[in-house]
Parts: sequence; structure tokens; C-alpha cells
Amino acid sequence: MAVFTMPSLGADMEAGRLIEWLVAPGDTVARGDIVAVVETQKGAIEIECFEQGTVRDLLADIGSDLPVGAPLALIQAEGETIPEAAVAEQASPVEAEPPVVSAPAPQPVAPIPPQTLQAPAPGVVPSSPAARIRAKELGLDLANLKGSGPGGAIVLADVEAEKTPQTKRSPQDEMRRAIAAAMTRSKQTIPHFYLSQTIDVTPAMDWLASFNEGKPPSERVLLGALFLRATVLAAAKVQSVNGHFTDDGFRPSAKINPGLAVALRSGGLVAPAIMDAEQMGLVDLMAAMRDLVARARTGRLRGSEMTEGTITLSSLGETGVESMAGVIFPPQVALVGIGAPVLRPWVVEDQIVPRQLVHLTLSADHRVNDGRQAARFIAEFNSLLSSPEAL
Amino acid sequence: MTPDQIRIAFIEELTNVAPDIDPETVGPDDHIQDDLGLDSMDVLTLVTALHDRLGIDIPEVDYPRIATVSLAAAYLAERAT
Repeated sequence: MAVFTMPSLGADMEAGRLIEWLVAPGDTVARGDIVAVVETQKGAIEIECFEQGTVRDLLADIGSDLPVGAPLALIQAEGETIPEAAVAEQASPVEAEPPVVSAPAPQPVAPIPPQTLQAPAPGVVPSSPAARIRAKELGLDLANLKGSGPGGAIVLADVEAEKTPQTKRSPQDEMRRAIAAAMTRSKQTIPHFYLSQTIDVTPAMDWLASFNEGKPPSERVLLGALFLRATVLAAAKVQSVNGHFTDDGFRPSAKINPGLAVALRSGGLVAPAIMDAEQMGLVDLMAAMRDLVARARTGRLRGSEMTEGTITLSSLGETGVESMAGVIFPPQVALVGIGAPVLRPWVVEDQIVPRQLVHLTLSADHRVNDGRQAARFIAEFNSLLSSPEAL
Repeated sequence: MTPDQIRIAFIEELTNVAPDIDPETVGPDDHIQDDLGLDSMDVLTLVTALHDRLGIDIPEVDYPRIATVSLAAAYLAERAT
């Protein structure tokens, strides 16, 4: 009997709120099935099951805030028969583990429906009028507060003291905090270094224009997909930029799951990964990119996409800023930053000609890479883009 | 389709791509990328939606001609006839 627990959906995640079960007791699940939706700092994430078998019991309630590692469900492997007592034994040690953060029983953290302010009836928690008004503004229930006033009455200071942990932050604030935590951790733990090169993308853009000509919009490919494909192929050649750095050191990844930095219109960004991209050609990769960006915008990404990226591409779009030295997403070890293409004079075969140029900067983890590997990656990328028909 | 219907269809598809944009606040000369912040993937999604809805296939070379509401209304009206 396996206990399915709250997964970590990012290095900085401590807890998540269960918002939907997509399975019920008795359902059969396979590895990779989406079983629940969890609200995290990065929006709603679909979480996948890592077991195979039958859902025996759901251990967590909708709406509860649960730390990473908290038991969510019991899954019985095929052919496994377990007496009731064993179920309890299996479940209890996990529940006894000290949670990373305190997991209060589901409380009305969301604003409480307005209630009329009136003097407390006998038996009701005594409180000052200012405290009652402030508590109502903050959506706090006085019954949950501890009073420090005369006779244990709740005074304004008690409500203010409670405000910070209890008030729900906006999704934008949550995302800001998540980005701040991940980026701070990155800069505190990863010794970054940066190598840059200007790349002539005229051949790629010309090739793309003729590739897209006459194709309906649904079959067109963006320059960003060429960058993604080149990232994948270059990472296959230079394996020290593709993988995770953990407590045990660097583990290169056989799979290439490039994360794609997607800016969200409401603010913030996410960098979900395209899984097994090394097996996709350009057209498939473009389709995967469309799907990923659409789901990033509507907030329906999967847990694996949030955690299994092996390298990240941040491409700033087709207009605007020319270059960026990006911050690596831990536990990855490299990030490819590409600015917008700009038309500039360039020397080709001793002639000064107008060319479309991009500035590529590879941010790399010096614990794993030196300049030589990083330079090889960039050279490979450059060479791939100079013959786009091969992508 | 009347020019007004085309303009409304364009704004509807624009706000489907970017639901945070209030259709009331979109000016006729607001640039969809520079002013309204669409990226290249958003533009492709918009062009795909317009193709599905109006049956008008906007080639890449014509993307500048749908860069604002007023440009797009004129261009789509021309292509619809």
C-alpha cells in the first residue's frame, strides 16, 4: 500500500492547497495520471500520481492547506491485499511526521461573509468595538483569536497581530514571493557565469518566412520554436548544461525537458517544461509550445512540468530588449537568454550588409561547467541556426 | 459583415487572447504588441482565431496590417469582400 503525498512542485514550495480531486476511492490509477489539482504560489497545478493501482482512500479534504509530504491518498497496488489494520499502520507513521509548516484544519481564510456588527451576546467572546470592526475588515473570526484585554477580551492589537499570517495574499503576491524565493536561492547557491554571442538569424528568419508562407495560422511556426529546437539539439551535444544539481552533485539528464519562460499578463512568470523534447521535430515542438503557453496562461500546468525541466530558454520576444543575463532556475544548471532580433549592419563575406541579429547569453553554473563547455553550447546553437532547414 | 461587426469580432478575439484587456479601453490606434503587450505567440493565437471565425487567412507579411483595431478593421473588411 503506497501513500501518495503532496509533491514538491518547486524548490521553494512548502505547502499547497488541495482544490480538486480527480479520482475517487475505487478508481484505478496509472503512473502519470492526473489525480488532483493543487493551488500553489504558481497557480493551480495538476498533480500526477507516481504509483499504479487502486485508490483505496482519500486522506485529505478539499480546501485544506497541506505541507509538502503530507499524505493525500492511499493507493493499493494490483493484486495486493491489505487488512484494514495495516492500512491504519501504513498511514499513521506518515501522519506523525512533523509537518514543514503547521497545517491548520481548514479554516475560513477567505473573506467571511459580512456579518452585522453588534454587541456580543452573552457567552460570545468579549471584544472591543475597534477589534470587531478591524476583524470584519480583515475577514477574521474573533472566535479563533486569543484576547489580551481585560477578562480575556480581544482588543485591536490582538487582531492586528493575527493579520499577517491569516490574511490571504493575492495570487500576484504569492507568485511574486515564489519568484523571489527561487531567484534568491539561485543567486545564493549557484555561482553563475555568463557567455554571450551575437548570432545572425537572417537565414533562420528567411527560412521560416518561406516555411510559413501559404500555411494556415494553425500550422505556422514561430522563431521561438527554432530557438527551442536549437537549445534541445545543442544540449544533446553538451550534456553538462542539461540536468539537475542536487546535494549529491550534478546529475546530467538523458532526457531533455526544456523549460520555457512564459510571462503572465497578470504579472510574474512561470517556466514550465516541455517533456521529452529530444524526441520531437520542429513542428511537434511548436505544437507543444502552443499548448504549454496556453495552459500557462490559464493556470493548468502539471506538476512534472514544474519540476522536471532540465534547462531553460528565456526568449524575450520579437520586439524590445536586446539582451538578458538570466538567473538559472534551481536545480537546473543553465539558462539560455535570447533578446529580440534587431536589424543591424553586419559583415558577410567582406561586405557590410543589413542582417537580423540576436544576442544570446548563456547563464551557466560554474560548479558544473567551465567556459569551454558553455562556449561549445553557444557554438553549436549558432551553427544549428545557420542551417535552419536541418532543424 | 459590416465594418462595425468586423471591428467587434476583432476586439472579441483580442480580448479572448488577453482576457485582462477591457474592450472598452482599447483605443482604435493602440498597437496590439507595443501598447497592449501581446507577444508573438499571442499574435499567432489571434490570427488563428480570426481565421477560424471569419475564414480570413492573414499571411505573416500582413501582420503589420492588423497591428491596431482601426488598421485591422480596414484590412479585414477589404479581405472579406
